[in-house]
Formats: sequence, structure tokens, C-alpha cells
Amino acid sequence: MAKLIAKPSLPGPKDIYQAVLSNGITILARSNFNSPSISMGGYLPAGAIFESDEKLGLADFVSSSLMRGTQTRSFDAIYNELESVGASLGFDSGVHNASFGGRSLVEDLPLLLKLLAESLQTPSFPKDEIERLRAQLLTGLAIRAQDTADMADMAFDQMLFREHPYGRPSDGFPETIQSITRKDMKDFHHRHFGPRGMVIAIVGAIHPKKAVEEVERVLGGWQVTGQVDAPLLPPLKPVRKTMKHHHTLTGKSQSDLVIGMAGPRRKDPEYMAASLGNSVLGQFGMMGRIGDAVREKSGLAYYAYSSLNSGIGPGTWEVNAGVNPANLKKAIDLIEKELRRFIKSGVTKEELADSQANYIGRLPLSLESNSGVVSAILNIHRYELGMDYYQRYESFVRSVTRANVIEAAQKYIDPERLVIATAGP
Amino acid sequence: MTNPITQVTLKNGMKVMLKEIHTAPIISSWIWYRVGSRDEPTGKTGISHWTEHMQFKGTKKFPANVLDKAISREGGRWNASTSHDSTRYYETMPADKIDLALRLEADRMTNSIFNEKEVASERTVIISEREGSENEPMFRLGEAIQNYAFRVHPYHHEIIGDMADLRTITRDDLYTHYRTFYVPNNAVLAIAGDFETKPMLKRVRELFEPIPRGITPPRLARPEPEQKGELHFSINGPGETTFIQLAYHFPNATNPDYFPLQVLDSLLNGASGLSYKTSRLYRALVDKGYAVDVSGYSDASIDPYLYRVTITNHPERKPEEAVAVLDAEIKKLQEELVGKDEITRAVKQARAVFAYGSENITHQAFWMGYTAMFSTYDWFTTYLNKLSRVTPQDVRRVAQKYFQPSTRVIGIYSPKGKGG
Repeated sequence: MAKLIAKPSLPGPKDIYQAVLSNGITILARSNFNSPSISMGGYLPAGAIFESDEKLGLADFVSSSLMRGTQTRSFDAIYNELESVGASLGFDSGVHNASFGGRSLVEDLPLLLKLLAESLQTPSFPKDEIERLRAQLLTGLAIRAQDTADMADMAFDQMLFREHPYGRPSDGFPETIQSITRKDMKDFHHRHFGPRGMVIAIVGAIHPKKAVEEVERVLGGWQVTGQVDAPLLPPLKPVRKTMKHHHTLTGKSQSDLVIGMAGPRRKDPEYMAASLGNSVLGQFGMMGRIGDAVREKSGLAYYAYSSLNSGIGPGTWEVNAGVNPANLKKAIDLIEKELRRFIKSGVTKEELADSQANYIGRLPLSLESNSGVVSAILNIHRYELGMDYYQRYESFVRSVTRANVIEAAQKYIDPERLVIATAGP
Repeated sequence: MTNPITQVTLKNGMKVMLKEIHTAPIISSWIWYRVGSRDEPTGKTGISHWTEHMQFKGTKKFPANVLDKAISREGGRWNASTSHDSTRYYETMPADKIDLALRLEADRMTNSIFNEKEVASERTVIISEREGSENEPMFRLGEAIQNYAFRVHPYHHEIIGDMADLRTITRDDLYTHYRTFYVPNNAVLAIAGDFETKPMLKRVRELFEPIPRGITPPRLARPEPEQKGELHFSINGPGETTFIQLAYHFPNATNPDYFPLQVLDSLLNGASGLSYKTSRLYRALVDKGYAVDVSGYSDASIDPYLYRVTITNHPERKPEEAVAVLDAEIKKLQEELVGKDEITRAVKQARAVFAYGSENITHQAFWMGYTAMFSTYDWFTTYLNKLSRVTPQDVRRVAQKYFQPSTRVIGIYSPKGKGG
């Protein structure tokens, strides 16, 4: 009969294999033999937090350049190796970290890791490639400047995170991208890229110990002296009264809006209560109460939802919507009304139970693919949630009470101190 | 990927496809209706997509917010989408909860209410969806390309429909559309995941077989006459970036030329779902500084549709230069035979993309129903074989046949205030 393959259990300490190489690289690995593929991801502390205001976008420019040529291989040669076998590899950059991810058939994992190691250790920043990339980045910024959602998001972050690294767009501005030199990039790479603090996760049709060996073979010898520590995050400047900004974009038929405030860090004890509360507010079903009020009942928007974005430092708790420019004020009023109701009466017993059931029920779906498991195990490692986090997840979710939700809501949401950013005509 | 599937046609004509996959405690269920934007006459454009929205507004048994809460409460993921050729609804659920999805789909095949007030509120939601799309240069360019490429065939209009029709379509229009096309003999139910076929089939029969067969709705068919001569247009809008889109008429998915064209696409623009930095067009256009990006896209369609190449122009270059470079690359494919190794490479890329897809049960259920819309499931299972049988001569022949300037459309989005 069927069911010959054992059902995967939730990832936990027994099947997430952990190793730390002598140079400080942490490796997390988990097997999944259901498909002949592997997924890989990770990060190292070389993000935008290290760059100056004048050179905004430097960290991002550097990560985007790593695969543009190394001491032994050209841009075209690197991608030819990858694409010939249907593998992919890419780098990205955030405030704290440079991150990477890739996938391949399991037979091509050594190739994938070799190219990862080369890109990290010996990028050559070829002049021509840097200029080509610069033109691409500048076009990206020109497209961003015309995107109502991007511009509203940017204005929101700038108001909420004043004089804080989180308030700066990590892809920079046209003038800062123009000012970055090849030397800036080489210096940044030299100072910040190294094995210390690097984490890599591999999930797929491979035994964990074999995965560790493969990583060690190409990255075990990486030594960098004087890797600089990241500066501490400055405290957030409080929002004393509601702040508003409208970014005018002519010729657009829809405006985007972001209304929100600071949110908890991922590690904060109230995170789960805030997250479940947010689910009721603007996620559950057809985008929670916000979706119901703005889209279902008033027909004002195609999308309206709230989200809680939490990481290492302070997060954001925000409501996003895209509406006809004539309805902007109406939509803002409706959203403010929902926020007031949310902090006054919290969530009902039934609403909380619904969202709790949703969180528990959807867990297997989020862990279905190899890449889903990669990001799950990177998260528990990064936010120090404990290797048994997913096994204890159900009890974490169930232990949240209505009182916890209202307490978290009141801690963060104050309708008199909102940040409201809009972009459109 | 090689698990066998069970295919059954119920007494009322509904096709059922079942595939057991026991790798995770998940089941994904998709119901497909043979109706899409290509079935809409002038004056009713966008009605299939709007009907899809109305299917979330409830039945007597599952009123609107009971419906979505019930699915979400079980941790399910659900959504729907409308394409040119079909409309599909799916639920991916923990395996022991799939019955809810099946009951819901059986119920809303016939019992959706289409309340007048809900129609009114959804009208503004869809208008807002269209306005959001109109913010994007690529939407505007793509819509105009379709308008130019199809004068007669209903692939002429965008799936979301024209604003004029979104303002005037009535509740009764929507309801008539729903009752006409949502009949079991016009539907395919595809389920993949952690179940046993026999009891699953029994349950499907219990729920769906009592739904009476309807009149099989005819599909709107107005074949597009051959295009005689290159069409060229430009549109303006805000911004500073110039985009170029070129569209070539392509055969439908069951045409034998479809497969050599897939190989040709992966040579020109890379394999779908992978990076494409060593594709011929990327090397010629981006590496050489004519463009900052280039990509290609085709669809597996019932009737002949389009292959589109989209170029994001380099700010210091003229769009004509990029088009000339593209023409030179196509000429090479028409005159020179590609290496066998290039075909082998395209097959390996496809094999990897198939392996990634097999990690995901929702994806596997999708492909069963999707292929049933324009062919049979064999189309999917024999895909890699057919690709590997393509010869260099095939590639040259289809390059000559389908990539003629006289049957293409070139559209340019020129930013205002940039002299374009």
C-alpha cells in the first residue's frame, strides 16, 4: 500500500544538524529525500548599518557585485556554470546582514557551494561590470521613484525611523549610487565580509554531515582578521503626535497609503500576542477587520491589510492599502477607526481562537518546500527562538490570551501618534 | 513526479484527477472551469474575473465571511485566478481538513448568491484593481500589445476588462455568466496530496455527482487572421524609463512546434524560473550596454497566442538600437544551427525546474488541472522527453517560421519629458 515514505515531523533539535567551523561559520542542515533537489540560504553581518549617509546603497551595491566576477571567473563564466545545470544563486542586502540563497539538483551542490565561496571570498569588482550594474541600479531607482507603494513605504520609514539606520532605503538614492567608487566597494568588502557571524542552512536530498563536509571544504579555510563589529542601534525617537507626508506622483490612477507605528522585535515576549492580534486586525480570512472595512464593506480598495514586521531591532506595525486618490481620506478614516476599536476592545474570544487555529494549521504548509524549511531554521537561529521552537509552536500560540493581545496592542498602537505616508496624484 | 494518477469522468460529465503524494500531511484541491477572458464578447469584458470575485461572496450554506473564516481557521491557503482560457479555485489544507474545501466547491458550483449589494461593492474593488494596474507602465504596454496583436480573437482584451464594461456590467449579467459556465461538465477537479484514492473518489462522487449536468457552453472562437506587416506603436506615461515589448504570434500548446519553441525561448531568454544572465539576448543586449534588462514570456494556450520579449532600455540608448540587436540574434538562429549541447543544457534546466516543483503539493495539483485545460496530463509527463527530442534543425525551422518581422508587434513605452 501507499504511505511508504515516513511523514516528516516538524523540524527540531533531533533532525536539524548544527555545526560550527573553527573560523566561526555556523552550519544548519536537514535532510529531505522526497525530491532530488537542495535549497540553501544564509547570511553574514555585512549590511547597510555599516555605510554612511553619503554612500547609501554601498552594502547593497557590494552584494550585487559579488557574482559579477571573481579572481578566477568572469561574470559570464559564473552564470554559465549555474544556469547550465538549472541552479541558481543570489545575494541580497538588508540593514544588518548580507544574505544569500540558492538551489540546485543535489548532484550540483558542490558547484553551488564553490561559487558561493568564491563570490564571498574573492570578488574582483571588474570595472566594466560595476558600471553596467550601476546603470541597472539607477534604472531600478528611477522605476522605484514612480511606484506609489514603494514611495509611500519609503516616506513611512523615513518618518518613523528618524536618524536611525532603519529609516534609510538600503538601495540608496541616485546621487549616492553615483558617488560610490570601486575602491569604496573593495574597502567595504575587505572590512565586513568574513566568516565570523556567518550562518548557512542547507535542506534537501543530502545527509547533514555530508552537507557540513561540503561547506567546510570550500569555506573552512576562510580567515579574515579585523572583521569590524556592527555599531549598536540608536534608540528610536518617539513620535509625539501624528505625522503625515504625501509624496506627489502625477499621472497615477491609484494612491498607496501606509499608516502605522513601531512594533515589537522578533525576540520580544509580546511578539506572539501582537502577531495574533495583527492577524485579527488585518490578515485573517480576507485580510481581517481592515480588509473587511476597507475592501469588503466599502469597496474602496483592491488590497488593504495590516502587517507586523519584526526582526533584530524595532519592527513596524503597519496598515497598507491602494485606493482611488479621491478615496484616500475616507480610507484613512476607516483604518483609524479600526485601530481605535482594536486598542479599546481588543479581540473577541472567537477571533483569537480563529487566528490561533490558523497559525497552528498552516505551519505544515509553510514547511512544505526545502526553501520554506531553510528560512524557518535560519529564523529560529537568528532570533534565538530555540531549536525546538516549531515543536513547541502550538503551545506558544495557544498560550496567548485576549488580555495579552490588548496589552500588546496598547503598548504599540496610539491613534494620536500615528505615522501616515501616502503617495499618488 | 512519476506517481501515477487516477482520472475519472463522473456521470454528470465532471472530470476528476487524483494523485496520491504522501510526503507531507497536506492536500491541495483545484477546481477548473473552462471559461476565461477569451469567452467574453465586447461589452462584457472582465466578466469572468468579476465572477471569480463573486464566488467568494457566499452561498446560503457558506455565507461570505463564514466561508473564508472556515478555511483560514483550519490553516488552509486558498485563492483563485482567471486567465485567458480558464478560471481556477484552489484550497491547500492540512490533509484531515480537505473535506471542507470539497464541500465548499461543490456548493458554490451552483449555489452562489450574487447579492446586488455585493456586486456594487465588488465593482469598485475591481475598478480599484484596474487603477492599480494602470499605475504600472508594463501593464499599459502589455494591454496595448494585446489590442494590436488580436483584432478579431478575444485574446484582444485584458483579463481584468475594460473600464467601460466594469462600469456597466450588471448583477444579472454576472449571474447569467456564472450559471452558463459553472456546470459540472465544464469543470475539472484535480486533487493531489496525502489521501487514499478510493475513499477520496467516493467522497468526490457523493459531493459532486448529484449536481445536474448543464448545457456544455460553447467557447467563443473567432480565429485571428494572419497579420500582414509589422505593427508599431508607442504610448506615453510618467517616469524616466523606456520599455520596449515585442510580440510574435506563437502556436498553441498542443502544436508540435511548441517544444522546439520552448528550447528556442530558453536559448534566447533563459529557462523559466531561473536566472538568465547567459541567455543570448542578455549577453547581446545587457552585457553590451543596450538594455538594463531583457526577458521573454510565452503561455501554454488553447488558441495561438504570443511570445513576448520585454526590454528595459538603457537610459543612454535609443530603443531602435536594442531592436536591431535583437533582430541580429534572431537572424543567427534562423541561419545557423544551434549546438546539440545547447539543447542538452535546456533539457537539464527544465529537469531542475521540474524537481523544484515536485517539492510542492499545490504546484503538482495545479499542473494536473492546468494541462487538462488545453491538452491532457500526458503533456506534462512527457514534457522533458519531448524537449529532449528537439533537434538543431527543428530550432532553426521554428525560428524561421515564427520570428518574422512581418507578423510581429512592437510597442514602446516612452516616458513623458524624456523626449521619447
